[in-house]
Amino acid sequence: MPTITFIEHNGTRHEVHADVGQSAMQAATFAGVPGIPGDCGGACACASCHAYVDDAWAGRFAPAEGTEYDMLENVVERQPTSRLTCQLVVGADMDGLTLRLPAAQF
Amino acid sequence: MSLDSVVIVGAGHGGVQVAISLRQEGFGGRIVLVNDEPGLPYQRPPLSKAYLLGKINATAMLFRPETFYADQRIELVHDRVAAIDRQNRRVMLDSGSALDFGHLVLATGAHNRPLNVPGSTLGGIFGIKTKADADFLSPLVKQARNVVVIGAGFIGLEFAAVAAAEGAAVEVLELGDRPMARAVSPQMSELFRAAHEGWGVKFNFRTGLAELEGEGGKVSAVTTSNGRRLPAELVVFGIGVIPNVQLALEAGLDIDNGIRVNSSLLTSDPHISALGDVAAFPCVQNGENLTRLESVQNAVDQGKLIAARLVGKPAPYTALPWFWTDQGNLKLQIAGLSIGADNYVTLGDAAAQQLSVLCFRGEELIAVESCNRPGDHVFARKILARPPALTPATAAAPDFDLKAWEAANRP
Repeated sequence: MPTITFIEHNGTRHEVHADVGQSAMQAATFAGVPGIPGDCGGACACASCHAYVDDAWAGRFAPAEGTEYDMLENVVERQPTSRLTCQLVVGADMDGLTLRLPAAQF
Repeated sequence: MSLDSVVIVGAGHGGVQVAISLRQEGFGGRIVLVNDEPGLPYQRPPLSKAYLLGKINATAMLFRPETFYADQRIELVHDRVAAIDRQNRRVMLDSGSALDFGHLVLATGAHNRPLNVPGSTLGGIFGIKTKADADFLSPLVKQARNVVVIGAGFIGLEFAAVAAAEGAAVEVLELGDRPMARAVSPQMSELFRAAHEGWGVKFNFRTGLAELEGEGGKVSAVTTSNGRRLPAELVVFGIGVIPNVQLALEAGLDIDNGIRVNSSLLTSDPHISALGDVAAFPCVQNGENLTRLESVQNAVDQGKLIAARLVGKPAPYTALPWFWTDQGNLKLQIAGLSIGADNYVTLGDAAAQQLSVLCFRGEELIAVESCNRPGDHVFARKILARPPALTPATAAAPDFDLKAWEAANRP
């Protein structure tokens, strides 16, 4: 069971046990991490699960594309490592992944 | 005396959000969530699309795992509320027990408007409201060759797209003259009509349902209001919903096309709030007229607002409504309410299935519908939520771009 660390904008860390096949957004909401509302339930419709992939992991994911890419273009405080976490599927090799949350969602 | 307990009736998006937000806001009292469905609370939107197609499983639809409710001291009660005793601030449950409340939140949602033609009780006829509905429907849609959908609204068309993708011949009956006529502009309806027809869906506009025929207790054919007979092993209807106001009505709360609430989402009893599909609230985006919205966003934002009020942070409800629907390869996102729109400006290319329709009422931008242009949707939400206003003349200029305009017009 991979452990993912979510770091809120204020520095609060949340170490979350995620299931392989779950989205990172769902792992966060299931664990009650504040700052990831995930309002649309993972339909890539609301842009409320934005996070920055830690630099050490940035090259490990296929780049955002399609709807996710277009939504991300328009979120506040976009960075090159921005992702919508509902589109990041947790793999067995993601133990130790760190995701940082923006100051405000959407 | 400070509030010691909140009882929430209904465990959809709105009810669950109140419970979660209360704890996030630091509420330390008792929270009871009364759920009249089996299992853990789950999200309904995938029922007519991703879950039905088998793209996601039941666990992925849950709001939270069981441990979350225990950790957060949110009591899940599987029961149905039989009555509200306002005098004693208590709800009576079907099981015979009762729950005292400091504050009561009615998040009772809505139920499907039923078919009322001969044959409506045959097997093989479904509305889609609960996980149980989708679980019955899922294997049938994979087998059915002839499917008839009653109603070309969001739910009906989401299902039509699924059934067509599963290889069924799909006929849609619709009383109006275009798809999603109550919700979207004529331009957007046209894009979706063409797309569905491309998937093999056949539309029958200005056509109602006259009768359902059966064999051996199961539906076998549909007769339309203009006398056509269509074979059907499976009939799915989505002809609107009726708010679940019975409890509130019997308790003497004000009802007006839903449970009537004020801008703080309080009912006519200051100890009872209502939200989501069941609540009729004065809607800023609809001229303060009492409005009932059926959407995830509305339930979630109203849930957050009620939780904040209950911990001493009251505010009027002004959140911008937004909606989405997924049909085949099309994602439609709507920001704002297009009621009364009389002027439309389009961006993009309908033939390429990438279109945004900017809906104006006079000179005022009131809604933006985006199909496969999610970037436009995000900007539209920002633009609609604050001044300055975008005018039709500006939007109609060649090469107009929402993103550039938003960036140049931030307050």
